[in-house]
Amino acid sequence: MALKKIRTVLLAGATVASLTAIGVTAGTGAASGSAMVNWAKVTHLTASGPTSMTALVKAAKAEGKLNVVALPNNWANYGNIIKDFSQKYGITVNSENPEGSSAEEIQAITSDKGRASDPDVIDVGTSYAVTAQSEHLLAPYKVQTWNEIPSGLKQADGYWFDDYGGYVAIGCDTKTVTTCPTSFKDMLNETGAEGYKIGLNNSPLTSNSALAAVEAAAIANGGSLSNVAPGVSFFATLNKNGAFVNTIADSATALAGTTNIILWWDYLQANGGIDVPGWTVTIPTDALLGEYYSQGINADAPDPAAARLWEEYLYSVTGQNLWLAGGARPAELAYMQAHGTANAGLVAKLPPIPAGEVPQFPTTAEITAAASTVESTWAADVGASS
Amino acid sequence: MATLSGAGSVFEVAEAENEEVLAYSIGKPKRRRRIRWWRFVVLLLAGAYFLIPIYAGIKFSLQNVEGHFSFQAYRALPSAPGFTGALTLSFQLAVATMIVSTLLMVPTSIYVHIRLPRLRRVLDVVTVMPIVIPPIVLIVGVLGAFPEWAKASPYLLSFMYVILAMPFVYRSLDAGLSAIDLKTLTEASRSLGGNWIKTMWRVILPNIRPALLSATVLTLALVFGEYTMASLDLWTTIPVWIVQFSISADGPVQVAASMLGLVGTWILLIAVVSLDRSQSRRSHRKLGTL
Amino acid sequence: MSSSEVAHSGPGASALGPESATLKNNSRIRRFLRRGEPAFAIAPFLIYAFLGLGIPSLAVVYYAFHAQTGGWTLYNIRLVTHGVFLTGFENSIKLGLISSIVPGILGVFLAYAIQTSHSNVLRRLTSTASGVLANFGGINLTFMFIATLGSTGILTYWLHDVGINLASFGFNLFTFSGVLFVYMYFQLPLMVLVITPALGGLRPSWREAAENMGASSWRYWRYVGIPVLMPSILGGMLLLFGSAFAAYATAESLTLGLIALSPIQIGNFLNGNVIAGETHVGYAIAFGMLIILAVTMVLYSLVRKRASKWLR
Repeated sequence: MALKKIRTVLLAGATVASLTAIGVTAGTGAASGSAMVNWAKVTHLTASGPTSMTALVKAAKAEGKLNVVALPNNWANYGNIIKDFSQKYGITVNSENPEGSSAEEIQAITSDKGRASDPDVIDVGTSYAVTAQSEHLLAPYKVQTWNEIPSGLKQADGYWFDDYGGYVAIGCDTKTVTTCPTSFKDMLNETGAEGYKIGLNNSPLTSNSALAAVEAAAIANGGSLSNVAPGVSFFATLNKNGAFVNTIADSATALAGTTNIILWWDYLQANGGIDVPGWTVTIPTDALLGEYYSQGINADAPDPAAARLWEEYLYSVTGQNLWLAGGARPAELAYMQAHGTANAGLVAKLPPIPAGEVPQFPTTAEITAAASTVESTWAADVGASS
Repeated sequence: MATLSGAGSVFEVAEAENEEVLAYSIGKPKRRRRIRWWRFVVLLLAGAYFLIPIYAGIKFSLQNVEGHFSFQAYRALPSAPGFTGALTLSFQLAVATMIVSTLLMVPTSIYVHIRLPRLRRVLDVVTVMPIVIPPIVLIVGVLGAFPEWAKASPYLLSFMYVILAMPFVYRSLDAGLSAIDLKTLTEASRSLGGNWIKTMWRVILPNIRPALLSATVLTLALVFGEYTMASLDLWTTIPVWIVQFSISADGPVQVAASMLGLVGTWILLIAVVSLDRSQSRRSHRKLGTL
Repeated sequence: MSSSEVAHSGPGASALGPESATLKNNSRIRRFLRRGEPAFAIAPFLIYAFLGLGIPSLAVVYYAFHAQTGGWTLYNIRLVTHGVFLTGFENSIKLGLISSIVPGILGVFLAYAIQTSHSNVLRRLTSTASGVLANFGGINLTFMFIATLGSTGILTYWLHDVGINLASFGFNLFTFSGVLFVYMYFQLPLMVLVITPALGGLRPSWREAAENMGASSWRYWRYVGIPVLMPSILGGMLLLFGSAFAAYATAESLTLGLIALSPIQIGNFLNGNVIAGETHVGYAIAFGMLIILAVTMVLYSLVRKRASKWLR
């Protein structure tokens, strides 16, 4: 009896040992490949080894897909960027909710958690990236070209980093407007039924770009980034003049003639963003207000390697120039121009910055303060005068 | 509390009694002439108010960006990215909503009518709640309270659509059940040996078919028109797709999408109604009038 | 089997063997089922309603009273009872009231006009159209009206050709009255949808009887027609109030924040691009809307009771 027991125990022990041995060798065998690297924890690439660029590409291809959210095709040339990335690496890009807002992107990260369709990367207004970081939704990562991004356009530990930006611009239908305004002051000129019909792309209470237009108006009228009240009163005056059209201004309203002037980001209006023949985009001479959007990687990304490869791609010369082709000013533009890697032809196509103007970039704090001011005074001031 | 209907459904009763309503509610010939004139004005004004904007929308959509007449907007639509996906999703949600709604409300209404008339008040109050609680409030509550696995499925929307449709479905069923002599029918069926399920399936349901149809049609219209909850829950149903697609497309295509959505849903409803109408007429001829 | 029977058949029954014991248990179970029958029958419905209505409402209340960083607080509530949020509630109530009374009354006339028409086709078309239009809205509706009555709208041009200049009348789509005008597009069909079945319930025999007694048309309506319709009319108006008060997409695209409205303010906090991380204020506004609607329901039932007395 005892002998039988001992034999059983020995047999069992041997089985366990051999199985473990197989497991270990299998494990170490794979360890030499990228399968053992937890890409979700990788914070930057190394020149060689398991976290090199080659390893990243391999791992990303193995993942096979990338989930992006709220990236419209004609927003900063994302349509072509997605296509090019997908073809280059053979990775399927799932573009969810292309017209989503920054808030929806953040919400998607939390409510989609666990779904295979959870967004891997986000492109949001900077204040949202800051919030996402504080809610521990983002993973830190520094791209290979990290040092080419100006220090004011990135978070020190790599939780978020600015991607592209533009300036508040005046779009104008040259076919129906005789003298297109070149500044905010100009807009006060023509009034009445045959005058300007100026529209914003959405409500400044809900849209980052519309709020930026109000901030720009503030700068042009004696205010500043921390004092946007003059901007609100500017629109109140416009409304009283009958020049402000309070509707969502887009290609349809531009074509219909409802809004023959639109205040929006330059890169969104140019290149067919407003699909109206004869549509010009100029940067106002009395206010140069710019904002960058920010990239972030989901801490629980279902495809962490693909996510990091996407970022590397976006911040490569190819990626940055594709954004440039969309009329947006990529974060590394200054570096690229200094080193001759920016596509000169595309740079020339950007709406020219009026000479002598100093660009102003509102901080997250200033944007939040401006939002509160607008939130509490917009309806009362601008609405009352209609 | 709230009773939103009298006897009969939206379609059948109105037609059947129309002739009598016409003849008797108007009365003498002089009054009939005056009524006819008044009715004409009302219908003309209403027609103008509803049809002119539709005409304006369609006119705008039949353009290209140069401003010339063109079908290019409509040609671009079928191959538009995400269109088929959104259409499929909307259909799936509509079917799921209709099935769950029927399974939930029909037995409950029948049971309450026969056994527990006192509980009708409770049902009345509960089914008015979806009117009282705005969809935007409901969806933000849902997003804040429901677990991850529920929010991961689009059928959560269907779950909520059943709630949104409840007032209409219940009113319709309630009216339909009140219009027939439910007690006699069930007693007769039960005494002839039918169990509850057979009774419901073969006796009660055919008799409330108009009410059921009315409820189904309203549910369909609701699912294909509901935007707020779908967009906040981040699912691309047809109404959400139309808005999303619009923003990135050129002007006429944007409007073409919304016109198509409107007219498309309307044609779908007419088809559903006509289909049943022809069926019911055939069956009535077979059975005679009950 | 009454309880007294069970008590008496105690020892005697068990003498018959095990089957009778199960019989006794069965009857107890059956009694429990029978007494609890009502609850079981509508249990699925009540559970569903609790999950779909109760839980979201409780969540709204919970978040309204919690700070963004956790912990109970009245901060959100205090914030939304002042300033632009208070204006939002006022405007929303005003919008709801006017948009329920005017389309409500007009809807009754329209429904009656449709009902008394000869054409079957018209009635089928309008009944399906009501269903579709009652659920229509948002940016699609806004653009249709811009294309009609905007500065370059077709109706604006037609009227211009006839010599009527809309702008000089002060008509503007983007004012409060403009919003009311656009809201009618889905409020009217909703009322027609709700009141049509009630109209069908006006028995022609009543009209005949009234005429036989020498009643004029006015007297018929005053003493028979309207009292019968009144519950449905009031119910319809409640439905319209809820619909206008809660309208989100249409209000958003039509006002763009120029008119403070509660649903839009909720959307700004929970779904916008500007104010990050203050979602609980949005929940507090939602809580406010719930309170307003609860009060409305109470007022509605009071009016219902009084109305039936007045019209007697």
